[in-house]
Order: sequence, then structure tokens, then C-alpha cells
Amino acid sequence: MIELKNANQLERMRNAGRIVGETLRLMRELAKPGVTTIELDRMAEEYIRAQGAVPAFKGYNGFPATLCTSVNEQVVHGIPGLRCLESGDIISIDCGAVIDGYFGDAAVTLPIGQVGQDILNLLKVTEESLMLGIAQAKIGNRLYDVSYAVQTHVEANGFSVVRDYVGHGIGRAMHEDPQIPNFGKPGRGPRLEVGMALAIEPMVNMGTYEVQTLKDHWTVVTKDNRPSAHFEHTVAITENGLEILTRC
Amino acid sequence: MSMSKEDVIEVEGKVLEPLPNAMFQVELANGHKVLAHVSGKIRMNFIRILPGDRVTVELSPYDLSRGRITYRFK
Repeated sequence: MIELKNANQLERMRNAGRIVGETLRLMRELAKPGVTTIELDRMAEEYIRAQGAVPAFKGYNGFPATLCTSVNEQVVHGIPGLRCLESGDIISIDCGAVIDGYFGDAAVTLPIGQVGQDILNLLKVTEESLMLGIAQAKIGNRLYDVSYAVQTHVEANGFSVVRDYVGHGIGRAMHEDPQIPNFGKPGRGPRLEVGMALAIEPMVNMGTYEVQTLKDHWTVVTKDNRPSAHFEHTVAITENGLEILTRC
Repeated sequence: MSMSKEDVIEVEGKVLEPLPNAMFQVELANGHKVLAHVSGKIRMNFIRILPGDRVTVELSPYDLSRGRITYRFK
């Protein structure tokens, strides 16, 4: 069941989204060569709690940290640790926060130091596919119009869309209905209505779309070990149109 | 955080007894008994499942009493 949010609830989601967006903006500044992923995680957690919110990922199904830090061939759900970022790396930072009972969820992939042009292109195309997907999330459209927009842009650029993980509704829980795949046929899926809050998150691989989970039961990597990028925004469909709640 | 497609819950269990139509009663680690069918992949590879086998069962969050056997341990 897709839960529609009223104006009051959307306001709380704006608040949660704002905090997530600000945390990611902080990460943009801090993610440099020489920094470890655990340091980023600590700074993020400190910031989120200072705003009066609670990190959403910590303890979720046992996840041990505030951020998912996924480097290079890691797609999603990387666990922050002693890994030191080096020039040439890319890091996908996924962040979630809950305040006043409502969740925000967003992600960016950042280049560290000097990164190759082909990888920068992967990042650009992934971010573009997110924005193209968001552009389709308007009243009257169907959900998979979003999925199709993401898929066509990604594949037109020679990259592939991860199948095993999807975006999701969000609100009083982190993962709500509907599931929002990054691939699909247009004109299908539920109709988009005012009050829906969606976390759209394209995960794009340079090589094959196939992924696997490491022995830590969390970190997802590409099967061919080629890089993967991930961008995410929480968006709300309001009467005045589409609103991105997690601008960063 | 990304959501896993097809929210399945994977658990380990021990096969208790065979039922008609390639269904089995499986006892999970937590003591629950579920009704499980054998997945197509296992059938395709002619793998036999017998009582006493340790298996992986995929449960749907919508009905925790039914599952799909997806792996048989050595």
C-alpha cells in the first residue's frame, strides 16, 4: 500500500530531507585523499545528531554505521572502516536520517583527487539519469516512467543498470511501498499522486549489471569488479509539483 | 539505503518430511515449521532433497509459513 502524506507530514519529511542534504554537503567537503571512511561516518553521525535527528541506517537490520560508504567497484551498503581514500577512487556515500518520525534518504558519488575521464563520465551519466527519472515523477505519470527514463539514459551511454536493488517509497519507515526499479517499461506501474514520497536511486555499473554480496553480508560489489556509481534523492509529489527534499 | 528487490528472507532449515508434489516440511533454526517447495533451479539440476538435509529456504515477508528451497548444503 502506498502511503500518501498530508501537508503536515510532508513538512516533517522536508525537515528530514534537509538534514540529509546538509550531511551530504558536509561529506562533499570532507571526502578527500587520506580520509578514512570511518572518519566520514563519525562526522556524519555527529552532524545528524547535532540537528536533533537520528541516523536511520544504524541498527537497520543490524547495519553498523550511519553511512554506507561504497568505494569503486562497491555498489551499495559498504561499511565504513579503516579504508583510506586515495586519489583516483570514487566513493558513493548513502545517508539516511529520521526526525520527528519521518525519514530522509539520499546518496552521492564523489570523485577523490584525480579521477579518469571515463569514470567521471559514469558519475555524470548516473547523476543525469537520477534527474531524468525525477523529471518523470509527476502527477499523472506512472511509476515505471521514472524507471524507464533512468534505464534508457544509462544504457544509451553504454553503462548498465543494477537489477537487484531498487528505490523505494519513504515516510514513516525507511523502506515503504512502492519498489522503484531503475529499469522498466513506460506506462506501467501505479499512478503517481500528490502525497507520494519516493527515494529514487539509480545504481549504475560501468560493466555488467550483475552484482554479488560479500561475506560481510552487506557490501555489494559488481561481479566484474568495474566501478559503480549511485545517486539518490528523496522527492515528494506535492500539489505545486515535484519537490526534491534532499538537495545537496 | 537501497532496498533489495523482492524482499525475501533467507533462512536455513532442516528438512523434516516429504509431502506430495515435491513439497517438504522444513524446520527452521527458530523452531518454526514451514511448508516449502523445491525451486526450479534445483529440479533442473536433478538434485534430490531428502529428509535430514540442511537447506536454505526463501520466505516471503507476506506469508512466513511458506517458502522455497533454494540451496541444499553438502
